[in-house]
Amino acid sequence: MSDLIRKDASELAGLVSSGEVSAVEVAQAHLDRIAAVDGEVHAFLHVDTEGALVSAAAVDAKVKAGDKLSVLAGVPLGLKDILATNGLPTTCGSRILDGWIPPYDATVVTKLREAGVVILGKTNMDEFAMGSSTEHSAFGPTHNPWDLERIPGGSGGGSSACVSSFEAPLAIGTDTGGSIRQPAAVTGSVGVKPTYGGVSRYGIVALASSLDQAGPCARNVLDTALLHSVIAGHDPMDATSINAPVPDVVAAAKRADIKGMKVGIVKELGGEGYQAGVRSRFEESVALIESLGAEVVEVSCPSFPAALAAYYLILPSEASSNLAKFDGIRFGNRVGDDGSKSVEQVMSETRAAGFGSEVIRRIILGTYALSAGYYDAYYGQAQKVRTLIKQDFDAAFAKVDVLISPTAPTTAFKIGEKLDDPLAMYLNDVATIPVNMAGLPGMSLPIGLAPEDNLPVGLQIIAPAMADDRLYNVGAAIERELLAKWGGPILGMAPELAGA
Amino acid sequence: MSGISQEDVAHLARLAHIDIPADQLGHYAKQLDAILNAVAEVSSLDTANVAAMSHPVPMTNVFREDIPGVSLTAEQALSGAPAVEDERFRVPRILDEE
Repeated sequence: MSDLIRKDASELAGLVSSGEVSAVEVAQAHLDRIAAVDGEVHAFLHVDTEGALVSAAAVDAKVKAGDKLSVLAGVPLGLKDILATNGLPTTCGSRILDGWIPPYDATVVTKLREAGVVILGKTNMDEFAMGSSTEHSAFGPTHNPWDLERIPGGSGGGSSACVSSFEAPLAIGTDTGGSIRQPAAVTGSVGVKPTYGGVSRYGIVALASSLDQAGPCARNVLDTALLHSVIAGHDPMDATSINAPVPDVVAAAKRADIKGMKVGIVKELGGEGYQAGVRSRFEESVALIESLGAEVVEVSCPSFPAALAAYYLILPSEASSNLAKFDGIRFGNRVGDDGSKSVEQVMSETRAAGFGSEVIRRIILGTYALSAGYYDAYYGQAQKVRTLIKQDFDAAFAKVDVLISPTAPTTAFKIGEKLDDPLAMYLNDVATIPVNMAGLPGMSLPIGLAPEDNLPVGLQIIAPAMADDRLYNVGAAIERELLAKWGGPILGMAPELAGA
Repeated sequence: MSGISQEDVAHLARLAHIDIPADQLGHYAKQLDAILNAVAEVSSLDTANVAAMSHPVPMTNVFREDIPGVSLTAEQALSGAPAVEDERFRVPRILDEE
């Protein structure tokens, strides 16, 4: 297997732009890796071999012509299958969209193409991004490269697994309640959910429009920052896009200096319910942060214990509305249209056949929460709790520069373990959900392996809105110390995949 | 807060246009009942003087310049449709026979 697959994105971009290695060679090395190991990992739903080689060749032509290249030109990437791609299938992990080929690109995809990033294919996900394990994909689960019997997180498990199995140095995820950060945590990779409105949602199939945000996944902080800088920025096609300069995340990742910063530990996100090895690695990183000259204090966010409950009312409510468009009329599959049935019957049969059980559960839950007579007690009350969560964050950020917590309460669990217990599954996102509720940026960074199971643990870093650069500064400072301690990247400790 | 019965699930499924088989209604009712019990925790906080928040950023209407732009062609718009006739989406009948 080519050494190119183990190189960082920034390094690959340098090799391509200097002409030392061609973008086609880089793309081919990753396509070969996918061919060798994706049978075991199943990170990809669709591999676009031809498209990847064509866009790589276009980068090589620019190198030859001496044209100026973007920071990630020629670097391969896996794209979560929830972003619309012109001419490439987009399924959202659902039967109802099996075979659908969008006629346009999401803004994030347009930006990637313009930057010469080589899209290798579409990555697996929980159906319509509902889940924390990628087991709810209609096309079968993705496996965690650290232990193929375990989940890679979700909903963006394909994106985290393709990065951590060296199938791609970069991936795009989307994060509604933790779907970038929790997969990063359980696979030993880095993932960032940018500030809500920081990255365009145009062309991303909506789960919960007030919570969804696309973001970068990579194997280190600098690569994550480079990808963030490529996809972020104002987009007139998204009414919630923030019209302000993108924070300089790349400079922050290079600064990596937290001396004098104030870091808050969120009291409510830790302790009971968190695995022992997650807690011990978290405590070590607190000591590390202090040793780098930052002051660490505990802060309390008293409404956070109700965040999970509020989220599981707001998300299903928005999702039940957003997913109404999948009715087998304008796109996707249609079932039962034999000429004898009414449009309602055909829609009902189409949706029953096209949606998996978790999607049906959440649509029914959302329909209930929005019903006359229940609206105030459920959806209305959840929106008030959302205000309290935001107020807790505002009060915390009046005292500290960033907040930290474990990203997820446990390391990767076994495939099948929580599949029939939706409530147990929902608890995976207990630490990540409050961040989406307030629209803040959050990062997950690997901080070691839990001693009891030798599986990766993630640290969550949270910053105020539009202060995404702080995540990268803090993350890079911690990463530098940990790399020195480990003698190399954490993914070097992962077992070799048999296909390799 | 109230629990959720099989009949409730059947009613909600009709509203949501999902034809859930009768033998699965009980399973969904049981799971949804457990979820509703858990999310009832939203009532544990005092929100008497708290305003509801629908969105993390202030929502104001965004206008674009009123300039004609490129949009999808009919062929593109229909490219993913399950049934097409005469450059239009073909749909099942929308009126009852009577």
